[in-house]
Amino acid sequence: MTGGRVVVIGNGMVGQRFVDALRDRDPQARWRVTVLAEETRPAYDRVRLSAYFDGADADELNLYTAHDGVELRLGEPATGVDRARRVVTTGAGEHPYDVLVLATGSSPFVPPVDGAGLPGVFVYRTLDDLASISEYAQGRRAGAVIGGGLLGLEAANALRLLGLGTSVVEFAPRLMPAQVDTAGGAMLRRYVAELGVACHLGVATTALRAGPDGSVAALELADGTVLDTDLVVVAAGIRPRDELARAAGLELGPRGGVLVDTACRTTDERIYAVGECAAVDGTCYGLVAPGYAMAEVVADRLVGGAATFPGADTATKLKLLGVDVASFGDAHGATPGCLDVTWTDPAARVYAKLVLSDDARTLLGGVLVGDAAAYPTLRASVGGPLPAAPLALLAGDDAVGASVGALPATAQVCSCNAVTRADIDTAIAGGCADVPALKACTRAGTSCGSCVPMLKQLLDAAGVTQSPALCEHFDVNRQELFDIVRVRDIRTFSRLIAEHGRGRGCDICKPVVASILASLGNGHILDGEQASLQDTNDHFLANLQRDGSYSVVPRIPGGEITPEKLIIIGEVARDFNLYTKITGGQRIDLFGARVEQLPQIWRRLVDAGFESGHAYGKALRTVKSCVGSTWCRYGVQDSVGLAIALELRYRGLRAPHKIKSAVSGCARECAEARSKDFGVIATETGWNLYLGGNGGFRPRHADLFATDLSTEALITLIDRFLMYYVRTADRLQRTAAWIEAMDGGLDHLRSVIVDDSLGLCAELDAAMARHVTGYSDEWRDVLDDPERLRRFTSFVNAPDVPDPSITFVTERGQPVPVGGRSPSPDGRQPVTLGLPEVRR
Amino acid sequence: MSTTTTLRWHTVCPLHRLDPDRGVAALVDGVQVALFRTVDGLYAIDNRDPVGGAYVLSRGIVGSRAGVPTVASPLHKQVYDLRTGDCLDLPGISVPRHEVRCRDGMVEVRLRQEG
Repeated sequence: MTGGRVVVIGNGMVGQRFVDALRDRDPQARWRVTVLAEETRPAYDRVRLSAYFDGADADELNLYTAHDGVELRLGEPATGVDRARRVVTTGAGEHPYDVLVLATGSSPFVPPVDGAGLPGVFVYRTLDDLASISEYAQGRRAGAVIGGGLLGLEAANALRLLGLGTSVVEFAPRLMPAQVDTAGGAMLRRYVAELGVACHLGVATTALRAGPDGSVAALELADGTVLDTDLVVVAAGIRPRDELARAAGLELGPRGGVLVDTACRTTDERIYAVGECAAVDGTCYGLVAPGYAMAEVVADRLVGGAATFPGADTATKLKLLGVDVASFGDAHGATPGCLDVTWTDPAARVYAKLVLSDDARTLLGGVLVGDAAAYPTLRASVGGPLPAAPLALLAGDDAVGASVGALPATAQVCSCNAVTRADIDTAIAGGCADVPALKACTRAGTSCGSCVPMLKQLLDAAGVTQSPALCEHFDVNRQELFDIVRVRDIRTFSRLIAEHGRGRGCDICKPVVASILASLGNGHILDGEQASLQDTNDHFLANLQRDGSYSVVPRIPGGEITPEKLIIIGEVARDFNLYTKITGGQRIDLFGARVEQLPQIWRRLVDAGFESGHAYGKALRTVKSCVGSTWCRYGVQDSVGLAIALELRYRGLRAPHKIKSAVSGCARECAEARSKDFGVIATETGWNLYLGGNGGFRPRHADLFATDLSTEALITLIDRFLMYYVRTADRLQRTAAWIEAMDGGLDHLRSVIVDDSLGLCAELDAAMARHVTGYSDEWRDVLDDPERLRRFTSFVNAPDVPDPSITFVTERGQPVPVGGRSPSPDGRQPVTLGLPEVRR
Repeated sequence: MSTTTTLRWHTVCPLHRLDPDRGVAALVDGVQVALFRTVDGLYAIDNRDPVGGAYVLSRGIVGSRAGVPTVASPLHKQVYDLRTGDCLDLPGISVPRHEVRCRDGMVEVRLRQEG
């Protein structure tokens, strides 16, 4: 049977993955799918649930993709399965099936103690749970979490972020008992305690007590301790949701869960179970990766395949409360005769343990707390020979890097996408010479990214030199060139290339150096030798169009403009016969200007109070805004005022690429700030800052960086973000790619510009202060200087003759270049561009 | 078979109007010429970008590639050998070149017309 009706019960992460995987393999939709969901929102990323408290909304966590031939029925939980008639019943009716897939997941386990049902007691499972916790926490002071495992620590962090004094109660003698050993747990506890979270370990909760208002007020522990608390989160483990299967008479596992074989088939051959509700050969898995693997198995089976569940990689690496914790393989040393190698450094607050076979030759598993840099290499080496001496492996990055070359061909480098060392080596042999190429070719490193450092090391191991050279004239990249220019105080390209490069330069390195010199404040960009470095846009302070004419964009900060100024723009456009268009950045673009007209156009604009909008530069473009609290019924802050202040502060800042920004006055986000390099969204009490977004070829939403900032704190962070970007990004690298390429990504950026981990902040602040005070309008500066003006002529020997090649026809009442790229509807003969002219 | 007709010399401008490593456009007998001044000397090619069709080559960035003096089109960055007019990125594409010299501080151009 490779077609028919599939009913899927559950639209959690694994249920959705099954649907995606089936549609992937069955693009003709021979299987028609009905998904019955208990929750009223479609599948979302439960692993990142806690991101809700960082400001992520349901949209951001969304995992749902609509497919043809798939019907999603939200808020319609299954109530029964009639195996004889092959129908699933819900409150709304019946759904017949040929194949049924149970993806019912799990429910939180609430220990049977007195008071577990009191108001103020929550579980931590759904977005609704988190919303309820968040609402209840308002105005309360203390919270407690029952359970010190992975989920419990996530919940504890959430309570901290909600401003509650937080305690954790764990029955086992250490935190995260399933993943780490005693010593690792002790190290973890030190980190957690430093965050102000009180830990009560090795003790059971005996009762929850109500206060006078009837809601929870205290926890009683077995050792007699009474913890006063206003709110309790129970995160004491999960239980598989197997009640439908039980009622339908399917066999269950010894500790619950729907019993399935390695094909994920239950005791009824038409019914499969996947994810946390399934007990594969009796074992339930509470992690998403094994669930995904099961979903793939069932999808494969439905199209006639013979896939089996490969066994679970329960390795985990995560950052909990800011602490790196990793656990992989036989972390607890359960293998008979195994040996432990441990490393504890209380000063660096690092703990690591490797579990080796009895002959000390094979790596079986391990635990890392505080520094998990070695995790990708170690996880890939499980079951194989040690890639280096144990202590060398634990001692630091360098040793690990050097050891990557010793990994066996079968070692899994990227576990997210099941890519082995052999796959990587084949791709390298096939010509992949850098990390982006390896990502594109093998998909390694495209999911969680933790193996990206290993990809670099494998390239090194294969002898592939990843050349940082900017071009044939400089052997270093932009960042190093920036440092050379800054530290040696180099002011000219000719000195730079004479001392640190070769040849005459080119269209790659010259604009880069021009941008660096401009960022460091070396006067007007058209002065002296600098002029020869600028590409044509910067050279004419306007945007070259395909017919050789230019466009002019005056700055309209925040998109706010008076009627008088709007009229001036209209008059200028009319008088110079310019095609006029509103841009996406809330300003106005005037097209079709010839070089000799540019100063005359600027004269009119500058006299009316306009200045350059830098639309031509790798520089700050615009800061868009919505109308904000001044007019809008929903606005909570003055977004226009802030946008204008930001645009005026950063105008003219030369950078590795263009920089765009926007400010929204409330969470409705009408200014589309999250598609910008830096976006600001108002909150009731301040501003949320988002970094690293862009539109364009590969759109990307900006990530939340900091919340509820005062205007002053916001500007300090943006100052540092921009200056750090200007100094360290690669040529033509937008902020999104720049952050992605950093080792440590957004966390690293945060450590540099918030925690000042590199001691750079004072320097970045000073550099921005110099930029702000040193700004002056590039157009006005040209108008004021006959030497600069002299470049703006059509022909050096005939300045009065306009370029005869620039001619226009009228289209929709405006001038446009003659001969478009596409045939025009009025039958005008298209002029072929893009082909060489044939000469006889 | 093609023959090259060489026409007369035209005085264009004083040498100081040409900035080092930057081009200017000149109108010589109705033909748009891009003039460049580098440390290696003066160069003259057609101002028309043969790929994009616009008259912009004089506004490209001047540099070198493997020792060859070059200009990059400001439209789509194809690089041309200033000595020969050959495009170094697209085989078979070239831009006509012209003769240029400096006499008594004045730049002179003589068009070459292939036909």
